[in-house]
Amino acid sequence: MRRHASSGAQPNLSRAFSHRLGSHEFQAPLLERGAFTTLHHLWQNLPTRGNMTNYIVQRLLYAAVTFWLLSVVVFLIIQLPPGDFLTSYVARLEQQGDVIDRAEIEALRQEYGLDASSVEQYFRWFGRFLQGEMGRSFEWNQPVAKLLKERLPYTILLSLITLFFTYVIAVPIGIYVATHQYGFNDYLFSVIGFAGLATPNFMLALILMFLFFKYFGISVGGLFSSEYALAPWSLAKVWDLFIHLWVPIIVIGTAGTAGIIRVMRGTLLDELSKQYVITARAKGVAEGKLLFRYPVRMAINPIVSTIGWQLPRIVSGETIVAIVLSLPTTGPLLFRALISQDMFLAGSIVMFLGVLTLIGTFLSDILLIVVDPRIRFERKA
Amino acid sequence: MSTEATTGASSRVETRAAEITAEERYFLASQWQLMWRKFKRHRLAVFSTTLLALLYFFAVTYEFWVPYGRLTKHEDFLSAPPSRLHFFDHEGRFHGPFVYRLEGEIDFKTFTRVYTEDPSQIFRILFFQKGEPYRFWGLFSLDIHFFVPEEGGVVFLWGTDSLGRDLFSRTWAGARVSLSVGLVGVLISFILGCLLGGISGYFGGTTDLLIQRVIEFVIIVPTIPLWMALSAAVPPGWSPVKIYFSITIILSIIGWAGLARVVRGKLLELRESDFVIAAKVAGSTDMQIIVEHLLPGFMSYLIVHLTLAIPNMILGETALSFLGLGIRAPAVSWGTLLKDAQNVRSVAVQPWMLIPGLLVIVTVILFNFIGDGLRDAADPYK
Repeated sequence: MRRHASSGAQPNLSRAFSHRLGSHEFQAPLLERGAFTTLHHLWQNLPTRGNMTNYIVQRLLYAAVTFWLLSVVVFLIIQLPPGDFLTSYVARLEQQGDVIDRAEIEALRQEYGLDASSVEQYFRWFGRFLQGEMGRSFEWNQPVAKLLKERLPYTILLSLITLFFTYVIAVPIGIYVATHQYGFNDYLFSVIGFAGLATPNFMLALILMFLFFKYFGISVGGLFSSEYALAPWSLAKVWDLFIHLWVPIIVIGTAGTAGIIRVMRGTLLDELSKQYVITARAKGVAEGKLLFRYPVRMAINPIVSTIGWQLPRIVSGETIVAIVLSLPTTGPLLFRALISQDMFLAGSIVMFLGVLTLIGTFLSDILLIVVDPRIRFERKA
Repeated sequence: MSTEATTGASSRVETRAAEITAEERYFLASQWQLMWRKFKRHRLAVFSTTLLALLYFFAVTYEFWVPYGRLTKHEDFLSAPPSRLHFFDHEGRFHGPFVYRLEGEIDFKTFTRVYTEDPSQIFRILFFQKGEPYRFWGLFSLDIHFFVPEEGGVVFLWGTDSLGRDLFSRTWAGARVSLSVGLVGVLISFILGCLLGGISGYFGGTTDLLIQRVIEFVIIVPTIPLWMALSAAVPPGWSPVKIYFSITIILSIIGWAGLARVVRGKLLELRESDFVIAAKVAGSTDMQIIVEHLLPGFMSYLIVHLTLAIPNMILGETALSFLGLGIRAPAVSWGTLLKDAQNVRSVAVQPWMLIPGLLVIVTVILFNFIGDGLRDAADPYK
């Protein structure tokens, strides 16, 4: 079990790791070795090839199982609404006063195998999905794949940028507040942190929109200004995107940032009170060098190990924020699809968002064995 | 002189005796007593607990504390701002709390309603008076309210919505739903988490591996899209009670995973510990070991986890209802109230519509503070 068998909740990580770090098998040799750089240390401790391959294969297998579970859940979602999607399709056509071609409906029924058993339908759907055929959106009257191609890139872009900013901002602040414990800024960030954790994403989006509307008279929303929305890509359009991007980034990222600051602060404080730090200080290691070379590197591990958990949270937040801020991402698409029971579209979106976080988790697992060689030791033992 | 010496000595003996008993009490105290002592030292957590208890108390008995029913419409006072409470009239005479008569007219330039106070007529706020009749908990008919305005007047502490319904009354009605969703949801995830985590940790092997994968799956999948998809499938024709429970179940479908992980981890850790082996050697049955030795061992961690899981449920419910996929009208929750504030323009004109959101934030912060205090107290032997 790689991930903290002893504790599940994120804030408990510090404890899980500190007890693991409690044995001094790592710290002592580090201090005795004279001049070595972080990179050199990493290189030396890279897991041996066989071990690493084993680990990656195991993780891949787990990811495959998760992917399969995801497909079952998504299929259930598609099947959940009463009636099948064709009945709602027919109902909608009737509502619009369209003439319904019985033969066409029958053909569709045949094509999607709606008369077959659920298990058979599942395999048919899953097989098609793997081939990239995700069915048709009845509301948009377009293939689902095409709709996703338009929107998914923005979701990925926004999620990755938010993830990046979350860490770039949270880790330095975490280090700062841990080294300035009980200072003004420590309290300030604690307050902001608690507020950030407690404010629902959509509420924060609303408040920001309200403030911008009230004090600057501009409406924030969307990812582009109206003149660029349909324009072909150009430098000006990229700049426009850049200007619009930061409001959603703040809204989506605040909760995650607050969480990471708290974990970073807690773990680093645990580390700073350990004996190896006192030893190093007694030996006359410069404060800055001491801080960044040992405790910070120790404290950053639980942060790295939870990148995989951060991503689902960001994607999750992105969905609802996108609806409030009307961003051209998958969020509003999913919402509309669910309201109109356009289940192939809705199911495919949930599937893709799941796959996105699955890949993120897999990568963070790999990253963790690069950053934390102890995982190799643990596996050997 | 000798007597003085004796009294001095005896008082010294007395204080030592007191010290010893305090020390003894510390050593004799049970785990829960120690936890309580440690928790009491966390001032913020104790304060938050009190405040939260008060919040729950108001939510449970809200009908009495609010002046109006959650669905009562005041057609003459659509989108009215929060009423201003006065104590002295413009001539400086003291009347106790009162409101002036509210006059609303439409501003034909902006087509919004503008409300002005008419100082010529005052309505005192009366306490413990008869007002709008209500059925307390749907069981007894009552009409006593904590406060009501004098006959003919209106008081909207937090303003009204666009249909003229009192936001103060509605927010507290919503509190009952929103605050209880967290508790009921956590109860369901508690049962699921203990059961599956327990099975996983107890049997080990393939069962463990399987359940671990399911847990991993639940943690990896983005929650809000999944919640949205599941709750969109709740038939619109269902009764509010049915919808309430299905939403709660949907929320706890995700919530159990983290808990199961904690249970399993703790079980594995404790199973190998000396005291369990000692109990086994002493001839305790499996059931005895689980109930008497293992359960107290990780109960404290479970409580911490539960406390921190409740705000997530509350936030989840709020988000779903905000989108119109959760609790639905005529039922009221903080999420459905915020749904009315979805539009920026409406927020700009009626900022008081965000008050339910403020209560969400306060509640979540309180739970987090309590969770922090409990976490520090969870392991009193440290």
